[in-house]
Amino acid sequence: MHSTAYIVKFILIVSTVVALVLSGMATLLKPIHDRNEAIANKRSILFAVNEFLETPVRQMSDDEVLEVFDDRIDQYVVDINGNILTEEEVRERGAPGGMAEHVNMGRERRKPESERMFPLFVFNADDQQLFIVSVRGNGLWDEIWGNVALKSDFNTIAGVAFGHRAETPGLGAEITDNPRFAAQFEGTRLFDEDGNFKSVTVVKGRAQDKNHEVDGVTGATVTNDGVTEMFHRGLQYYFAYFEKIQTQ
Amino acid sequence: MADSNTVATPKTAESKPLFGKRERRLLVDPINDNNPITVQVLGICSALAITTQVSPAVVMTIAVIFVMGFANLFTSLLRHSIPKQVRMIIMLIIIAFLVTVVELSLKAINYPIYQELSVFIGLIITNCIIMGRLEAFAMADKPWPSFLDGVGNAMGYGAILIIVAFFRELFGSGSLMGWELFGPGPQFMINTEAHWWLSWYMPNNLMVLSASALFVIGILIWIHRAWNRKLIDVS
Repeated sequence: MHSTAYIVKFILIVSTVVALVLSGMATLLKPIHDRNEAIANKRSILFAVNEFLETPVRQMSDDEVLEVFDDRIDQYVVDINGNILTEEEVRERGAPGGMAEHVNMGRERRKPESERMFPLFVFNADDQQLFIVSVRGNGLWDEIWGNVALKSDFNTIAGVAFGHRAETPGLGAEITDNPRFAAQFEGTRLFDEDGNFKSVTVVKGRAQDKNHEVDGVTGATVTNDGVTEMFHRGLQYYFAYFEKIQTQ
Repeated sequence: MADSNTVATPKTAESKPLFGKRERRLLVDPINDNNPITVQVLGICSALAITTQVSPAVVMTIAVIFVMGFANLFTSLLRHSIPKQVRMIIMLIIIAFLVTVVELSLKAINYPIYQELSVFIGLIITNCIIMGRLEAFAMADKPWPSFLDGVGNAMGYGAILIIVAFFRELFGSGSLMGWELFGPGPQFMINTEAHWWLSWYMPNNLMVLSASALFVIGILIWIHRAWNRKLIDVS
């Protein structure tokens, strides 16, 4: 039997050593982690316009991703009223980098709608511009998000890339892991013939309406519904901006 | 002459080879005769969760081998100074430490796989096999055998994980390691009219759901027991 003093001392020493090693490791690896995160973020934005790139995003090296992103993407931050925010305003609202790629959508969701920032990426394809907007919602375990590329009619979806924090591999995580899920969104439309917002719905079984429905991932009903909800709510935030730019 | 020489050599140097019979048994036993999943039926929880595809199962196996080997090693090194009253807490600290090391390294080395596995890497902490081996083996044995015991058990666990993932991905998604092999539709590698005998298969969604992992593990236990006579209960 050890004395209580020994036990306390032992635990203190063990936890101090462990804490020091771990925090040292985390600090040392922070730059690499940040770079990986930034690249993953850019990759997922580029993924929405995968069809319009010479090399598919999956085959690009990290440096190529950075290069293509710099060369061909313009980024803006808009607010709920459709105004483009200046770098200063973006910093004030809580994104220290001042660019759309630095906007933390997870944090924006917790603000009141009038104070939120919405990142917008414009991809310059050979003969047209594509507008990539970001949407975010809830999956089964944690947040899910998507980058949606719209054609310049602000109606037709040109491509979608999804991301998630903690969906189950093989089930909910299929929204990112299975390229066929995201591919279904290509060519779907946000508005019906009368110009009413209809969004795109993830359905169980076979999708009937090719313009507004896609097949869901089997066994991942909550994630599917999350995608539907995220599209319906998230896209509307950009409508003010779309209207402004179309009337110009 | 030769005989007297052998007698004269110190015994300790000879009786403890790095890979003696006991060490080999420590490594191999948990893969077959004493498999943590099919014989001890431990660690089923993660075997259900991450076996829908082969590649996460492989990464998980590597991570568990690392965590288990070193958790056993560290626990064994500290075994005389760990106060018995708080040994579980110390073990948890060691396991959590190693799991965080794995998480931080994976995030730096391969970010996509890190994203894919994130929750489950953290859940290694709750893997009952690790705690079981620390308590049953590392607290009572020397560092080197403990390390081998940890690696052996992790390999036994990983082997079953990969076998289950193989069947679930093959029959659930019609693919292996992400390569689509068969099933209906033009996206599959082997699916032309000439290969109709492969394209008739419709991936079975049940295999993707966790319930199927239990079926597959159950069948594996059955096959394992039928094949390995030592496991059949005499009674």
